[in-house]
Amino acid sequence: MANSNNNRRKFFATTLQSVGLTALGGLLWSGYSDEVKASPLVLRPPGALDEDDFLKACIKCGLCAEACVNRDSNKNKDGSKREGTLQMAKGGDHLMIGTPFFIPTEVPCYMCDDIPCVPVCPSGALDMPSLLNQKEELDINKARMGLAVVHKESCIAFWGIQCDACYRACPLLDEAITLEYQKNERTGKHAFLLPVVHSDICTGCGLCEQACVTEKPAIFVLPIEQATGKAGDHYVKGWDEKDQQRISNAKEIKTSNERSEKEASDYLNMEVEY
Amino acid sequence: MKNIKYLILRRITQITLLVLYFGANAYGWHILEGTFGSSLLFGKIPLADPYTTVQVMATGFVLGTDVLLGALLITLFYFVVGGRAFCSWVCPINMVTDAANWLRRKLNLDKEEVNYRFLKRRARYWIMVLGIIVSAVVGVSAFEVLSPITIMQRGIIFGFGAGISIIVAIFLFDLFGVKNGWCGHLCPLGASYSLIGKASLIRVDHDHEACTNCMKCKIVCPENQVLYMINKESIMVTDGECTNCGRCIDVCDDDALGFSIRSFGKNK
Repeated sequence: MANSNNNRRKFFATTLQSVGLTALGGLLWSGYSDEVKASPLVLRPPGALDEDDFLKACIKCGLCAEACVNRDSNKNKDGSKREGTLQMAKGGDHLMIGTPFFIPTEVPCYMCDDIPCVPVCPSGALDMPSLLNQKEELDINKARMGLAVVHKESCIAFWGIQCDACYRACPLLDEAITLEYQKNERTGKHAFLLPVVHSDICTGCGLCEQACVTEKPAIFVLPIEQATGKAGDHYVKGWDEKDQQRISNAKEIKTSNERSEKEASDYLNMEVEY
Repeated sequence: MKNIKYLILRRITQITLLVLYFGANAYGWHILEGTFGSSLLFGKIPLADPYTTVQVMATGFVLGTDVLLGALLITLFYFVVGGRAFCSWVCPINMVTDAANWLRRKLNLDKEEVNYRFLKRRARYWIMVLGIIVSAVVGVSAFEVLSPITIMQRGIIFGFGAGISIIVAIFLFDLFGVKNGWCGHLCPLGASYSLIGKASLIRVDHDHEACTNCMKCKIVCPENQVLYMINKESIMVTDGECTNCGRCIDVCDDDALGFSIRSFGKNK
């Protein structure tokens, strides 16, 4: 009897220990995984899902990077192989290890017509349907790997120096980046040719960033999430019939508080008490 | 030569696979592309690691059919050749931990028996389940974040970077820390293959009549709890934790061990 009690006690103790250590491991493991997940400044291959979903889905096989580096077009004139656009994150890159990414200043995305990196993805982390046009053909122009952003203080075109390196490097010439003409008041007789990026067209390939002549590129690609803002639903373009339809079913909401007792003009003219 | 036959065969298999994967990236070969997480055989047949697949599914992502089919093929394959044949015939970390284990024996580190109270061989099953839970909670395949197996494989294919440190860490852990610490106690991937291998067909068979009880097999076995029948009963090693590495067969001077097909009927 005493012995069986002892056994039972031992069983409960070791089970409790296993559960406890598992919980400890779980906390450490979750914390670590969550930290390494948080590297938002990264450019993913074409067709990649939102970063959150991408990290869930990517099985880290590297087939995209292999397809990228081994594509037929990736050769020098003497037939030797060039470096691929896509790299696989390794320890020390401070990105989720084993996931594909690219750095435009090293090798930008050349926007291949056949997009070799996407159809090979076995998990669906690179979403092929998102790159199909109306004819069900792969269309690299639908890729949104990121968005080019111009830092006008370091862009020499904004200084008045003539430079259109990014404009000329852009695969969607005069669509994704256009040049805006402005009078240079300083000289009085020259024009600024200012690069303007159009986010509805820019794919984020990074050829502009690579072509930029300044010491540190004045035009650079950021992930869409980091490069864009959002006006919010409550702003409606009154001059746009399509946008107006969003509020066609809107109903008036009446709120009443202390202020509603007076006319708007009354309280607008009141002194404000802070 | 006789007592290293399976060892040599395993090294050839492991290195050949790594060369094929390496060539897929470096030279564009279409024999075996990708990594163990998910591969493409002959440019057509998808292969995927079952445990990795389960982790991705746990994150809530609806996987592509290629991966699901691949995981099924791999599961069926190891169901035949012995689940943990992956561990000893394919996994590159096996070469690291085998080296650590060999050095351990040479340095007589095993003479000092240390009781690792909190680290039992069944820890890996807890870790395996935990990996799935963490995947679901954090939303990323949890083991793939730190798996030395794919870190080493990708290191060989795409370059190591700082990833080499985890390989060194495992080597040191197995050498100076726990004997068979990584493969035999912690690795959740090995645990998953143990489960697949529970019913696998190719098994090591023991002939009790021929055995002289020299215990060489138990010294060299990385999972020697599976060899409980040595010099006791003439039965097969049916424990899923056996990696089918064949080292016991190699070192046996008495032909008391050999590979055999599992017979479900009369095997007790």
